[in-house]
Amino acid sequence: MDSIRNFSIIAHIDHGKSTLADRLIQYTGIVEDRDFQDQILDNMDIERERGITIKSQVVSLPYCAKDGRSYTLNLIDTPGHVDFTYEVSRSLASCEGVLLVIDAAQGVQAQTLANLYLAMEHDLAIIPVINKIDLPSADVERVIEQIDSELGLDPDTHLKCSAKAGIGIEEVLEAIVARIPPPKGDPAAPLAALIFDAKYDSFRGTVIHCRIFDGTVKAGDIIRLVYNNATHRVEEVGHFLLQRQKLESLSAGDVGYIIAGVKTVSDVRTGDTITLENRPCPKPLPGFKEVKPVVFASIYPIASDDYTDLADSLDKFKLNDASFVYEKDSSAALGQGFRCGFLGLLHLDIVQERLEREYDLSIILSVPSVRYRFTLKDGTVLFVDNPTHYPEPMSIIKSEEPYIRAAMMLPERYLGAVMKLCMEKRGVNSTLNYPSPGRAELVYEVPLAEVIFDFYDRFKSVTQGYGSFDYDLIDYRESSLALLDILVNGEKVDALSQIVHRERARARGLQACERLKEEIPRQMFKIAIQGVIGGEIISRTTISAFRKDVIAKCYGGDISRKRKLLEKQKKGKKRMKMIGNVSIPQSAFLAVLKSDTE
Amino acid sequence: MSGPAFQTAGTGFFPRDSLDFSAGRISEETPPTTGKGPSEQSTEPDELPGLYIHIPFCLRKCAYCGFYSITDLSLIPAYRSALRREMALYRGWAASFDTLYIGGGTPSVLPEEDLEGLIADIRTAFTIAAGAEITVEANPADITEGLLASLRRSGVNRLNIGVQSFDDDSLALLGRRHTALQAIGAIQQVRDTGFVNIGLDLIYGLPSSPAGGANGDMMPHRVPICTEADRNFATWLATLDTAIGLDPDHLSCYQLTLEEKTPLAKRCRLGELILPGESRQADFFLRTAQILEESGYRHYEVSNFARPGRESRHNRKYWSHVPYLGLGPAAHSFSGRERRWNRSSVDAYIGDLESGREPVESREILNDEQLRLEALFLGFRTRRGICLETFKIRYGRDLLADKRDMIVRLSGEGLLEIRDGFLRPTRAGMAVADSLALI
Repeated sequence: MDSIRNFSIIAHIDHGKSTLADRLIQYTGIVEDRDFQDQILDNMDIERERGITIKSQVVSLPYCAKDGRSYTLNLIDTPGHVDFTYEVSRSLASCEGVLLVIDAAQGVQAQTLANLYLAMEHDLAIIPVINKIDLPSADVERVIEQIDSELGLDPDTHLKCSAKAGIGIEEVLEAIVARIPPPKGDPAAPLAALIFDAKYDSFRGTVIHCRIFDGTVKAGDIIRLVYNNATHRVEEVGHFLLQRQKLESLSAGDVGYIIAGVKTVSDVRTGDTITLENRPCPKPLPGFKEVKPVVFASIYPIASDDYTDLADSLDKFKLNDASFVYEKDSSAALGQGFRCGFLGLLHLDIVQERLEREYDLSIILSVPSVRYRFTLKDGTVLFVDNPTHYPEPMSIIKSEEPYIRAAMMLPERYLGAVMKLCMEKRGVNSTLNYPSPGRAELVYEVPLAEVIFDFYDRFKSVTQGYGSFDYDLIDYRESSLALLDILVNGEKVDALSQIVHRERARARGLQACERLKEEIPRQMFKIAIQGVIGGEIISRTTISAFRKDVIAKCYGGDISRKRKLLEKQKKGKKRMKMIGNVSIPQSAFLAVLKSDTE
Repeated sequence: MSGPAFQTAGTGFFPRDSLDFSAGRISEETPPTTGKGPSEQSTEPDELPGLYIHIPFCLRKCAYCGFYSITDLSLIPAYRSALRREMALYRGWAASFDTLYIGGGTPSVLPEEDLEGLIADIRTAFTIAAGAEITVEANPADITEGLLASLRRSGVNRLNIGVQSFDDDSLALLGRRHTALQAIGAIQQVRDTGFVNIGLDLIYGLPSSPAGGANGDMMPHRVPICTEADRNFATWLATLDTAIGLDPDHLSCYQLTLEEKTPLAKRCRLGELILPGESRQADFFLRTAQILEESGYRHYEVSNFARPGRESRHNRKYWSHVPYLGLGPAAHSFSGRERRWNRSSVDAYIGDLESGREPVESREILNDEQLRLEALFLGFRTRRGICLETFKIRYGRDLLADKRDMIVRLSGEGLLEIRDGFLRPTRAGMAVADSLALI
């Protein structure tokens, strides 16, 4: 156990986490250079394209240190977005230390702090690594200063490297060995293993990623998953060397995987404890919580014939994404579909893109919503995340909406603009700190619904990209709500309905109409778009008809050329949803949430 | 879905053997399969196929034209001999044709004896039915007594004159090699020679200089300033007026489409000139149709107007899936299911035929869905519209049942009407025929 180090790399986005991981992997030589590709731990196309990590990854690095001994360094790579904070916390719980990567030019950012706090909560050894020291704009002295003043860490403990240029990599590896403590635990004690992730393998079923705290597990053991009390026979255990590698057993201190005939990833919960059926641990490992989706939207196939395909694809998708939940739903305008829950808007975006890309589906997402709480006259308490299920207004005695605590870091010159934005977004109870001269930490309590509604883009825009933002859900608070419906040529499109704050209803209705006007292409007849609350029209706009589209000359017998043009248009039209007689493009449904950023 | 009726024997709109076409060398011993065409029994008696001959020569290229042509007239003899070979290949394609259309390029640049000889070659190779419509396209600058006499001798009974505009500035912009006055004189001369079926080609929606206001929508009662765009519109109305005064039997009024790589397209790309906006183009279209209909011309297709009975019989075949044989470089042929088109390069065309190959660039077999889409967009381009019963039989879809809501809606909008079993576009509907085809 003395030769094991379990660690993670945490950083603000773009500070170089994936590049540093790449270099550590290359340095230890477990992958041939010719097989190497950048962002090697990010397997999905979408991760590479967006430069983000969505799923966590583990890799066991064999390292021969300067002290002459061989070590196993288990790197647990974590997702880097606020939507996935719980997953990150479980990964961190599996480690004894972290590399806290800070960009030498950008310095400490909001997520640097947020991640540091997470690491501190888990009592981890923290090694500050100043990355990108070769950049012309690098200001190492300032970052060292920030490590002291903003992070409250001993500035002498920092390392300097450039992951991109391969500078200082060996020092990082040596520091992992020297400064991160080896795991503790008793291999002879009853099994206690923490699940920090699970992946679906079409041949083997669910591959559970776990950290063993006590005890030993091997093939043939009967394990019990504490949360749902299910038992499974272990088929295989092992660790990760980019690929899975089978081992005889895993014991206290190890990070690896268990395959035990678990059918779907939804049968295991991140954060749950694995123990042995015949010799259970006295109590589960701490920190488990059930992840709950906060953003909801319905998914419909564009062509109703594709419903069965969509159902199959969601089934398959769900196998690998336990945080994604869905159930059947139907819409008067869009037909049969599914109501889905997401961890946040990024998660929603990713699910939509993966469904389209990996399952080749054309889908429409309804306007996203948070989950509201209504207390009715008869005392019933109702959670509503779908505007279609908005209760009869006369029966409501109390409406509440979820609030978050938004923590923002920004250069103080943007304070005025950001405060204005937060107030516009109904933010309350602000606090302001100056962790260092010129840098402000601003905290507001804001309704979650307002954050979904283009907050992040606006925030980035008013701080010109220098601000960073993180949030936690706090509680439900009373709020005056109303249901905003959208009529297209007099027909209600339920997938465009939103639950809105009453004071903002009119503005929101106007915005929705304007956005739709931009997104819906002109058609052969005039299209009227109206925003309606409780039967009253609060906003309207029209899209005028186009009057000419025919190409003048259909020359000679060359009809094929013209037909091909129309076939192309027809294909484009298939990606739009016909509602009544109006073709509405996919983009329109998400666009109603966007406002002018000017 | 029941299959379109032309797949079954007996209904007889499309030739049953039309799928037998295949590319390849033609041997002396066996008659080429390519020689087969629509046989008489499988074509309706009143729907004989049409014959098109492409003359790929021009004295010079016009600034807007994207069609294939060359200015090297020395290739004419080789072209004519290649054309004879091609005629031989397709000798058995159809028992007879009831329309012949000689287009280009500029057929009138051919020396009289070549034009006369070419028509004689056609009559040797194919049977042109008695009373067939025989059209030749001509540039006003080429019209001489000699040419007209030779056309008459050859039995040409319809002359289509490429006037394009009666405004000299517009003609210069288009790169035409004749003046307005020349055109007027030529038309007079054609009539004097005794031609009774005269058609004129005109172009509207020309780009104008961006100076003097955007070439956008007209605001007749609000803006007192006359913009370039307004002058552009007025120029067109004057051209139209002159045309009507000359009393042709047929008028083709094409909205200018910028073809890639043409000089005019380049000038527009550079911003020297701008095309009228969509709404202004609609004004051009609707106003033109209104004026011509008031003058006794039937607006029988998006771009075509005719005195009653003077509609182009040849073009009608293109729009209603009647088979046609196209000979010459870049010409298209259609035989019910298959459409093919020839190599566009004159050299390649001649070369292929000299080595005994069909000069075919490519061919496609249309599936039911493609035929259906074509029938829709072509049908909605014509005032006659789509015969619902025939559509059901030929293309296997009951339009009225499938698209009832949309059809009702579009009728309400004044874009479509159902009359005597035909689903037909109104004038405003014709302007959006492409969208109608995609409902």
